[in-house]
Amino acid sequence: MTASPDIAALALTAKLAGLTTVLLLVIGTPIAWWLARSRSRLKSVVGAIVTLPLVLPPAVLGFYLLVLLGPDGALGRLTQALGLGLLPFTFPGLVVASIIYSMPFVVQPLQQAFVAIGGQTLEAAATLRSSPVDAFFTVALPLARPGFITAAVLGFAHTVGEFGVVLMIGGNIPGKTQVLSMAIYDHVEALEYSNAHWLAGGMLCFSFLVLLVLYSRGWNQLR
Amino acid sequence: MTIAARFELSYPGFNLDVDLDLPGGGVTAIFGPSGCGKTTLLRCLAGLERGAGRLEVNGEVWQQGRTFLPTHQRPIGYVFQDARLFPHLDVRGNLDFGRRRAGPAAQRLSSDTIVELLDIGQLMSRLPARLSGGEQQRVAIARALLTAPRLLLMDEPLAALDHARKQEILPYLERLRDELDIPVLYVSHAPEELTRLADHVVIMAAGRAVAQGPLSETLVRLDLPIHLGEDAGAVFAATVAERDADWHLTRVEFDGGELWIRDSGAALGQKVRLRILARDVSIASSRHEDVSIMNLLPATVINHAGEDHPALVLVQLRIGNTVLLARLTRRSAQRLALAPGRQVWIQIKAVALIG
Repeated sequence: MTASPDIAALALTAKLAGLTTVLLLVIGTPIAWWLARSRSRLKSVVGAIVTLPLVLPPAVLGFYLLVLLGPDGALGRLTQALGLGLLPFTFPGLVVASIIYSMPFVVQPLQQAFVAIGGQTLEAAATLRSSPVDAFFTVALPLARPGFITAAVLGFAHTVGEFGVVLMIGGNIPGKTQVLSMAIYDHVEALEYSNAHWLAGGMLCFSFLVLLVLYSRGWNQLR
Repeated sequence: MTIAARFELSYPGFNLDVDLDLPGGGVTAIFGPSGCGKTTLLRCLAGLERGAGRLEVNGEVWQQGRTFLPTHQRPIGYVFQDARLFPHLDVRGNLDFGRRRAGPAAQRLSSDTIVELLDIGQLMSRLPARLSGGEQQRVAIARALLTAPRLLLMDEPLAALDHARKQEILPYLERLRDELDIPVLYVSHAPEELTRLADHVVIMAAGRAVAQGPLSETLVRLDLPIHLGEDAGAVFAATVAERDADWHLTRVEFDGGELWIRDSGAALGQKVRLRILARDVSIASSRHEDVSIMNLLPATVINHAGEDHPALVLVQLRIGNTVLLARLTRRSAQRLALAPGRQVWIQIKAVALIG
């Protein structure tokens, strides 16, 4: 059976993934919109930066985040000056790291959805007296709904599954920054395979079910 | 109301340079081959494209120097070649989209009138994906009209449709022209649409407007830089004067004479538009009674000019105040000694009543 630290890890993971997904949808939507619509030369640079976490080893990302957010890092000084203290080894630190780590998984589906809508439909909206902001909310967002579903699913699932970054930036403090993947790791280290099975198997089923439910909904809405 | 438009716009390999004064009423066709800049001109008028220039519509400046009224603030209706209906909204939602944003104060025509005019009442709860191409285009036209536009811009609205669908929509466009008092700029490269719909025509070639004027005058010009070939001919107005029920024929009167045409059900006194193709007109030096052709008319040669094919000439003829075109071989023209001022008889093989 699972012990209470495991329950805590489960709750923390759900909270982390949920919060990260919501924040990423808010932050990622304007970035994806800009990447899909802009003709700026900066587009390729921004696109590459957003995609970087996809190819970077999580340990590298976690290491640089630790340095940046640490007491002598630029962002660490900023958070201290703002009275927020230091983010490493705290839950907010985990959220910041997860947002950066899962960014491409949210931005890319959104960007593809916005590109697929194309400029033509938005031109039609403009000829029907719809301002750009109005057209964004009444035409682009509804048409991009399948993209939002994909983005949310991938962002959530990817955050649940992270390990390297959260280990670097969060440490492994039970009840505070210990997420599921780390709890599993600890169980395996301690040769508690049965506990590891409960968590790992549960996570497998959960991931599969979430994908199944959301994807089948997504396909229906596309039709 | 008039539209004064001057635009300059360059893309690699393309250069639009036009200076137009367009009438503020009726249908003005912007006619020319593909790639001549017709659509770009329309997009400039809509504010979807921004080139250098100036645009004044009905006394209001829409573009001049730094002034540039964005598309959504221009009181236009725009019908795209592909209908561009919003796929997430049903027909009613698509129609309401523009109508609501234009506001009730702008409405000059009730939505019922427009829905009935385009015959889309039974489609209201359908999604665009469940409509045929012709139905989609009719909804798109209604959607544009429901924004109460002061100027309707139509970019080859029939080009994406097959022949049958075109024939299905053309009558609706004719009704639109006849029943709504909205100036229309109609981009097309199809001579049939030009002759059936337009009152006024701007002919474009390689990014420039090379000729413009009333349709009936412009079509019979011999100096047009683009040749209509098989579609060369005259279009003019006539009135139904007599119907002969026995022979199923109708006599129509035009400015210069009268013609017998097949009875198409047009009522007495009705104004009709006739088209006589240049290839259907032959010329004789005297009146021949012993031919099957019904319509024999005296005419005066105005001028003639060479056609694309070296064997052919196009002859301009005057009958009263109406000008017709005839296409014959250069040899026949020489044998008949056709010269300006020469009196001849013309034989008209076919007259089309085009609405």
